[in-house]
Amino acid sequence: MAELTYRDALRSALIEEMDHDRRVVLIGEDIGVYQGTFRVTADLLKRYGPGRVIDTPISELGFVGAAIGMAMLGLRPVVEVMTWNFSLLAMDQIVNNAAKLRYFSGGQVNVPMVIRGPNGAGVQLSAQHSQSLEATYAHFPGLYVVAPATPAEAKGLLRTAIRSDDPVIFLENAALYGMKGEVPDSDFALPFGKAAVARSGRDVTVVAYSRMVFAALTAAEQLAAEGIEAEVINMRCLRPLDAATIVESVSRTHRAVVVQEQWKPFGAAAEIAMRIYEDAFDQLDAPVERVTGADVPMPYARTLEVRAVPHEADIVAAVKKTLGKD
Amino acid sequence: MNRDQYLTMYAQMYRIRVFEEHVNELYTSGKMPGLAHLYIGEEAVAVGVCQALRPDDYITSTHRGHGHCLAKGASADRMFAELLGKAPGYCSGKGGSMHIADQERGNLGANAIVAGSTGIAAGAAFAAKRARSDRVAVCFFGEGGLGQGILYEVMNMAALWTLPVIFVCENNLYNEYTPYAETTAGDLLARPRAFGIVAEETDGQDVRAVHAAAGRAVARARRGEGPAFLLCQTYRFLGHHVGDVNRGYYRTKDEEQRWRAERDPLQILMTWLIAERIATSEECARVGEQVRAEVAAGLQFALAAAYPDPSEVDTHVYA
Repeated sequence: MAELTYRDALRSALIEEMDHDRRVVLIGEDIGVYQGTFRVTADLLKRYGPGRVIDTPISELGFVGAAIGMAMLGLRPVVEVMTWNFSLLAMDQIVNNAAKLRYFSGGQVNVPMVIRGPNGAGVQLSAQHSQSLEATYAHFPGLYVVAPATPAEAKGLLRTAIRSDDPVIFLENAALYGMKGEVPDSDFALPFGKAAVARSGRDVTVVAYSRMVFAALTAAEQLAAEGIEAEVINMRCLRPLDAATIVESVSRTHRAVVVQEQWKPFGAAAEIAMRIYEDAFDQLDAPVERVTGADVPMPYARTLEVRAVPHEADIVAAVKKTLGKD
Repeated sequence: MNRDQYLTMYAQMYRIRVFEEHVNELYTSGKMPGLAHLYIGEEAVAVGVCQALRPDDYITSTHRGHGHCLAKGASADRMFAELLGKAPGYCSGKGGSMHIADQERGNLGANAIVAGSTGIAAGAAFAAKRARSDRVAVCFFGEGGLGQGILYEVMNMAALWTLPVIFVCENNLYNEYTPYAETTAGDLLARPRAFGIVAEETDGQDVRAVHAAAGRAVARARRGEGPAFLLCQTYRFLGHHVGDVNRGYYRTKDEEQRWRAERDPLQILMTWLIAERIATSEECARVGEQVRAEVAAGLQFALAAAYPDPSEVDTHVYA
């Protein structure tokens, strides 16, 4: 065990996998000489050289497309998008090629690639730099979508992602890069599609992922002070979705709150809530509540932005609503 | 080039022509589903380029991809099977006309998004270079692809990274239903040249010219001298797809008849072979008969083949 930041946990997964497998190459904007906008690739150009740490032009569509070709020929590209917002420029390649090539070729080819970078709101970065795109990508068969919350998850899931034979949408979070936590030593990997119980409780199940796990844990602390024991489930991965862990929890607590940073309509919380209704309807004592971002493009002014993202107090209020205490 | 090589080129072009004629017939008689974009008239481009390649080189193809696929060595039986959505098709019936891939022969696949496989070609070239091989990747696209931004992003990277990729632009004069001059500003060759990419224009109806130009581009790329761009001037004898029958609103019958009569790539090669006394018209006819029989047998195979079991619907999504 070592204490690492989320950033260094990601970086150590990259280093260990690059040492382990020469097919792993990194590709993205300013990842080499500049060492990455969020310093996840610090020093890696010096370590591995320009043949494996490839600085690109500002051409998301082109370099994601090229990475797909590399992956089809057996390399294992790890593509950095400076933020997931810019992945929208590459969406055709991600959706029409990476996700589908294996299927429409009848299994002739695999696309073992990872696309990683920060997803979600920053601080006053406004509408084009603050989006949460997890549900967008989780919609498409052929992709894995993971969203680690802790440094250990960052490392364990990135290792699994790099070793995956299918394309992985790897959603980091800018607010988490500096967060420290215990990370098991090398060869540590976490499976996709397996959620974690971040806090046990008997009264209500709070489902979250990425940064919102910490909002949920803080809310659970506040609720505990009032005698309400919330169980917090950290999804870790949205596709595949570990419905079993949620259902098991809800069958004990009989209430659920699902938290997401993204917009409410057609979001991840809607899918998770529906899975609860499908698989655990008889267990519910109250409708599932959703805590989400405001249904607006992210505003710039601090007072507006604070209002547009979900907070602990919103989770506390939603939990109380499921308990009839609002 | 020796006699056998010329006759191989003739046979390959003939194979594409006959294959496509069958596809036209299958589609118009309601036996084939989906969409079919025919390559008839453009055969010299695929064949001229692919004859300059080795089996271990790569190609990427387009929605109008049957010709590229056959030219890279695919067999007609499994192609017909794919077009008919049958289980023994190259893609197990999951791709159809617009997604035929044949990884064993370096065909990384057709792509139904215009210019959608340009990035893949560059990535393949990157991988070939990184493996210190002298393999090259050929990226086929129609002149309609000149309208897509990804092409320029990819040409920029290919030039910066000296990738062994050859961009083959098949200018068949029409972006779907619009004359290319109405959609494409300026000098086409100035576009690759702006990136420092060696660019050459060639007669896409003359397979020998295409083959020679492709040979130069491939040799450069194998020597590590980077990408090249080949502009092949050609003509789509039929519509954008099989259903595009009434074409009078975007081009005249006269124009079509002139190309068919004077610029048919099969006729051009045969006439030359006979004039140069490399082959007789009887020999050419014999090649044609053999190909015709083989393609017809391939079609029978595909017609008789089984459809995929419905339980196959969710296989091949993930590895």
